[in-house]
Amino acid sequence: MIVPAAQSLAPSEFDLALALLFLAPLAPAGVALLNTGLGRSRSAAQSLLGSLLVVVTAVLIFALIGATFADSWTGAGHSFQIAAKPWNWAGTGPWFLNDFDTASARAQLGTLFEFIALALTVLIPWGSGADRWRLTAGAASAAILAALVFPFFVHWAWGGGWLAQLGPNFSLGAGFLDAGGAGSIQVLGGLSALAVVWILGPRRGKFPKEGLATAMPGHNVVYILFGCLIALVGWLAFNSAGAMIWLDAAPTQLPRIAINTLLSAAAALAATFVMTRVRFGKPDASLCANGWLSGLVTSSACASLVSPIGAIFTGIVAGVGVPLLIEFLELAVSIDDPSGAISVHAAAGIWGIVAAGIFAPREGQLLAQLLGVATLLGLILPVIYLLFALLNRVIPFRVDPDGERIGMDLHELGGGAYPEFVVHRDDSFR
Amino acid sequence: MKYAGLLVMPAGFLLSIAAILLFPPSPSRVAFVLCGLAVEAMGIGVAIRGHMPGDRRP
Repeated sequence: MIVPAAQSLAPSEFDLALALLFLAPLAPAGVALLNTGLGRSRSAAQSLLGSLLVVVTAVLIFALIGATFADSWTGAGHSFQIAAKPWNWAGTGPWFLNDFDTASARAQLGTLFEFIALALTVLIPWGSGADRWRLTAGAASAAILAALVFPFFVHWAWGGGWLAQLGPNFSLGAGFLDAGGAGSIQVLGGLSALAVVWILGPRRGKFPKEGLATAMPGHNVVYILFGCLIALVGWLAFNSAGAMIWLDAAPTQLPRIAINTLLSAAAALAATFVMTRVRFGKPDASLCANGWLSGLVTSSACASLVSPIGAIFTGIVAGVGVPLLIEFLELAVSIDDPSGAISVHAAAGIWGIVAAGIFAPREGQLLAQLLGVATLLGLILPVIYLLFALLNRVIPFRVDPDGERIGMDLHELGGGAYPEFVVHRDDSFR
Repeated sequence: MKYAGLLVMPAGFLLSIAAILLFPPSPSRVAFVLCGLAVEAMGIGVAIRGHMPGDRRP
């Protein structure tokens, strides 16, 4: 089993990790394309521009404020003592990335990893608010995530914080392990998506007063499936670079990590394909894309810790469970999540974290992973909801009804993504 | 309802943290952490129900 990282990194390992991190932005690119394809055609331009805007806002705020609290390079942190154990809760890095050049090679890579991870994190809720979430509100919520939520959790998990120290302090395996960001990126983003859809409410006409929910399929399946392929490259880079930076994995271990990532996604897609084929008579392209992505999300926690058979098993569970959960959330509890982010990112991420504990041979590891999940659900979700609800009072999240009717492109940008297409009447407005 | 659910979730988190502080490595510690997660799950359930549109609530 791979152990948490030491401080040294050979020059050749630095070069390799840096090259991998240059490929990692393909993960947010794929997710942005997926989000756009799963939304409606009259909001496509706003969706992609919004993807850029939330990433830009988050990255700038993280550089100015968040990186200080995330601090994965000084090795210090704000701590308090309970039961004679230190609880490191926030980083003490310099403001505005000052003295970044003097940080160790591993710390510099870790900070770059956090920047790209943040870009992916803020894109996840953006997809769930599709067709009704205003650009300014999306950017403001990304700023809040980048300044007040993401930095603290990544410090706890990656920067030597209290979750990472569960091993030495409480004999819980090697502490909370999350090399590819299943918790710090996927679950955090998925829970942000849940808070956003709670605050925004469903799209108009989605849940009529009588009858079943109205189907609002994604407008471009090609975007969705091509986004899946692009995301694979980003995920391979994320999981491999994360294992090198946070778990001290040797370059010789990277092929197995990459194979596990691929196997997990492949098993998940195959499971979703078979399940939708059996249930509906034909495979569902959107759900298959969600299945593929759920396998990738699961691999974020597991790829560096499990065997190839374990990766296939975790992928199958994700591929079967995620489409069922998407259906449950929409039909049983009336949650309108156009991108399926709550199921794909939050639920599959939690499953990946737990599975990493189940398959890791170290004693107490499962409990450390469960504590990570408990922190995300019991602390991070209420905090995100509270912050977003307060923000909603200042900058209303939801577009006005007329804007939703004409589409976010025309309302917010003054022009559509497909000006030469004829837009037909929408029967969902009754 | 929605705020009640959101208040129950941190209670589950504190229960999980209390488990590792109060118990040595033992089955009791695992049971308490699982109880904390169960409390969080209940909180999410209540919050989800509180956010459902009124006319679709079971």
